Amino acid sequence: MLEIAALSHTYPDGHVAIRGIDLTVPDGQLVSIVGPSGCGKSTLLRCIAGLIRPTGGKVVLNGQPVTGVPEGLAVVFQDYSRSLFPWLTVRDNVALPLRRRGKSKAERREAAMAALESVGLAGAARKYPWQLSGGMQQRVSIARALAYQPSLLLMDEPFGSVDAQTREDLEDLVLQVHRAEKMTILLVTHDIDESVYVGDRVVVLGPSPTGVVADVPVPLPSERDQIETRALPEFIGTRAKVGRLVRGGHGGADVTNAGPATPDPRAADVRAACSDG
Amino acid sequence: MTRLLRGTAERLWLVALAVIAWEAGTRAADEEYFPPPSTIVSALHEMWFSGPASQAFLTDKAVDDFSTSLGHLFGGWLISCVIGVALGVAIGRFRALNDMLDPVLQFLRAVPPPTLLPFFIIVFQLGATMQIVTIAFGVVWPVLLNSADGVRTVDSLQLETARVFGLSRYRRLVTVILPAAAPKIFAGLRVSLAFALILMVLSELVGSTAGIGAQLIGAQRDFDLPAMWAGIVMLGVLGVLFNSAFLLLERRLLAWHSGARRLAN
Repeated sequence: MLEIAALSHTYPDGHVAIRGIDLTVPDGQLVSIVGPSGCGKSTLLRCIAGLIRPTGGKVVLNGQPVTGVPEGLAVVFQDYSRSLFPWLTVRDNVALPLRRRGKSKAERREAAMAALESVGLAGAARKYPWQLSGGMQQRVSIARALAYQPSLLLMDEPFGSVDAQTREDLEDLVLQVHRAEKMTILLVTHDIDESVYVGDRVVVLGPSPTGVVADVPVPLPSERDQIETRALPEFIGTRAKVGRLVRGGHGGADVTNAGPATPDPRAADVRAACSDG
Repeated sequence: MTRLLRGTAERLWLVALAVIAWEAGTRAADEEYFPPPSTIVSALHEMWFSGPASQAFLTDKAVDDFSTSLGHLFGGWLISCVIGVALGVAIGRFRALNDMLDPVLQFLRAVPPPTLLPFFIIVFQLGATMQIVTIAFGVVWPVLLNSADGVRTVDSLQLETARVFGLSRYRRLVTVILPAAAPKIFAGLRVSLAFALILMVLSELVGSTAGIGAQLIGAQRDFDLPAMWAGIVMLGVLGVLFNSAFLLLERRLLAWHSGARRLAN
């Protein structure tokens, strides 16, 4: 269980990135965190990962306060090209973190190959990351996180730099991974559609300095399909509700009186709602 | 094979032309101070490369001169590699160390190494130690400063990734920081190898009896101009050979870097 209480962070330059965030995530839940770009989502994620020491409040993971990077936590960053090491092959990138697990070289390689297989990249093991397309590189990042077998997986706008088709494939990959491994996943995104499609629950953050604006349950079956799920009235209604919350910051509309869906779901992208860089 | 020959021809035609012009010019001028290349080559051959086949055609003098000079050169260079990389990495990693050492290092770096020759002679006496120290001191700076810069500018996301996945300090250094800084470190090593050749010659100009530099200064004093020119040509050839060999090594070790950069553009 992940418990976040009154979490605030102010950078040394005086910029208040997040203010008073309260959030509790039970084990095995996939939570989408959505909010305008530059609203402090990445700061929140870095606080949870123990990469930043928050200036106020606390993060408690499985009863242990987070002071450094907790054991059993993995992160998939948006910028895969900088997060994967270009001097290591794909397999060695995936195997590298497993040293901490005290495995032998052969075991590490085997685990890496299994993880690569589960993201459909077994054939690319001996290549270098920069020889792969963007979507494939992000799959490698996901495989690296999977091989590590985390109990909590943080994803920081993981599909922000890939094309729409690849994005849908990767969304389904995350759902499949979540079903198979049952780990807790926090997925930060600025795409409202994605937050609803992937999440068990959508947490809406407001503009900077960020607090939690709303916590919206997603009334969708756990089996999801890019075409069919997106056509369900529950999906359309939830998306409209989250969209209003993100844009206006003052939601309250419920699913039943949600307005008609926008013709292009990607139009719900809230990048424009960004309040600061 | 034909492509290789063609490539070589395309790269070397200007050199060939220059040598021919040099030969023609010096023959026409018939000036004692400027012997034609053919004379220089025969002096070079007689002095160093007319030895027995069992010694790879090297004369005893060549074995003596080359082993002395190259021993000093590589000794000094390797010492500067180790010290430069170690200190550079430490400075790049620890801000406080950088702030403390930076003024001293900037000062020492600015001192032209040849001016320190008398100082090194007093401290280390004439001989191999003095020569190796001169070379090491003179060439350590590009390695040190490039290593520090390379380490300082490692991508923050790469470091965060290493922390998230719990890599130990040692592992972070060896598998993340050093490879990330390697392109800059290698650039520094290559520059300092070229400097090492210059300082090798300088360090042999005083009180030395063996070595290419000592031979050069001796020939100059004896007005043996073809032998002097032979030394100069030999140094030029060595410089080209070292640089090419190093580039070859660099390209092999940093294949990922050129590959990634080629694709990014």
